[in-house]
Amino acid sequence: MAINEILKTTNLQKSFSGIIAAEDINISVKEGEIIGIIGANGAGKTVFVNMITGYLKPTSGTIEFKGNNITGIKPREATHIGVCRSFQVSQVFMSMTVKQNLMIAMSLAKKSGSQLLKPIDDEILSKECDKILKQYNIIKQKDLIVSTLSQGMRKLLDIAMAVVGEPKILLLDEPTSGVSVEEKFGIMDIVISALKKSGTTVLFVEHDMEIVERYVDRVMAFYQGQIICDAPPKQALKDKKVIQYVLG
Amino acid sequence: MFKGILKEQTIQVGIGFVFIVVLLGTFILPEWMSNNFMYGLSRGLAVLGLMILWRTNLVSFGHALYYGFGAYAVAMAQKYLGVTDVFLRIIIAITAAGILGFVLGFILRRYREIFFAMLSLAFSMVLYGLLAKAEFLGSTDGMSISPSTMFGFELGRFGLFYFIGFVVILSLIFAHAYLRSSLGHLTTAIMDNEIRVEYLGYSVEKAIHIKYVISACLAGGAGGLMAAALGQVDPDSMVLWSVSGELVFVTIMAGLGNILAPFVGAIFFEFIRTYAYEFAPQAWQMIIGGTLLAIIFFLPGGLWSLFQKINPFKKEKK
Repeated sequence: MAINEILKTTNLQKSFSGIIAAEDINISVKEGEIIGIIGANGAGKTVFVNMITGYLKPTSGTIEFKGNNITGIKPREATHIGVCRSFQVSQVFMSMTVKQNLMIAMSLAKKSGSQLLKPIDDEILSKECDKILKQYNIIKQKDLIVSTLSQGMRKLLDIAMAVVGEPKILLLDEPTSGVSVEEKFGIMDIVISALKKSGTTVLFVEHDMEIVERYVDRVMAFYQGQIICDAPPKQALKDKKVIQYVLG
Repeated sequence: MFKGILKEQTIQVGIGFVFIVVLLGTFILPEWMSNNFMYGLSRGLAVLGLMILWRTNLVSFGHALYYGFGAYAVAMAQKYLGVTDVFLRIIIAITAAGILGFVLGFILRRYREIFFAMLSLAFSMVLYGLLAKAEFLGSTDGMSISPSTMFGFELGRFGLFYFIGFVVILSLIFAHAYLRSSLGHLTTAIMDNEIRVEYLGYSVEKAIHIKYVISACLAGGAGGLMAAALGQVDPDSMVLWSVSGELVFVTIMAGLGNILAPFVGAIFFEFIRTYAYEFAPQAWQMIIGGTLLAIIFFLPGGLWSLFQKINPFKKEKK
């Protein structure tokens, strides 16, 4: 593994009952990079994210994280080593308040049994929680039940919950899908600035090329389960294959 | 975990409630009514255990397994070790049920919904079968339990009532401390979204296992107290599927809104059953069924929702 390389996949493949969803995926990601993953629906982007984060076990190939083979690890093991994710459809606790959601995430992130036994409204943790809610601009909604929030707010909460585990690498699956045009840049500004500050490596799946151009260092374009282009955004978005198979 | 817990409104109301029930039961009410209070408080522990599981959408149709196991642990400790001390009895009942819950939890934590419910019922029926056949445990006749003692002195009916009240208060404190903690809030979190809990780095199966053991301990404690209160254990009144059904019945009737609800519901159930049997010995089950139907239709949140409508503490839910 090269110096500063945080994630590497070798000949990664996933098939479902003979249908190949991802094939020969070979990538190398450096620490602190922000990478956009693009591709049409069914191109294999989410399958790729699911394999890295342990939701799906690859059919063949290997995934290395900081030089260690993590192929086929469980989701919670991925979280423990610092590989965290958010979801295309926000995976939050709908019947709880925004603050309770984040407090649970923070209690679990502490990885200490005694923290789990403390009341959820523990004063010290509560102050830390308010800081994060402020950072993600959802402090005003802290006492609202999550099911009453807009998609954009839920996305922010989903991402904030993934970030409190202090990930080394964060995979965001369509962070702006279902979010209004007015909200999407606001959300990405908040998220990317917070992640840049902490030096977190980010891979995010995105359909919106404006977002991709504005925030990423590198683009990986997927088509029929394979990476057809891996280049800086300006170059990738002008690539013939990308124009033909992704941008249409 | 327990910091500041006695200042919490739920616990203060709970302690007050238990004091009133025990005082009414020991000084004011006739014995048959007092018995209903005592049995209601004891059985309420098992219902509290079910309620804790239910908050994760896990319904056990076989909780009489632990209720009966706790009761039989008390009977066996008396028969083979001569244990009559009430403290030892409750510790034995809780520990035995807890160990059984811990072992079976490794299997049950992998199942949800109807599979969880039916598998727990299956385990309880296995125990029922074993107890009904085991002659050294009294077979279908069961075993009698001698009066409980404390520090070598016979406790008497009132003494046992006070002790039951004491155990209920401790259980309320423990259950409240658990449910207000982050670990307890995982209860609701798991019900909402298991995938997210896993991606936050915690094992859903482990959280369910912990909850299952707590629930088993509470049911075992209830069985131990009931054995001491009734002076008799037998498979039909302790482990049969209908006992599990009654516990589920009371949980629905009581509601999940508060840790006091199981005790209110269990006492209410004892009175309904007593009066139904008194006035309609041939059709008492119909009266109980009708009562449950009426509660489901008119109070879908259970009896506790009625208290929430009329009491000043309705904002607090623990």
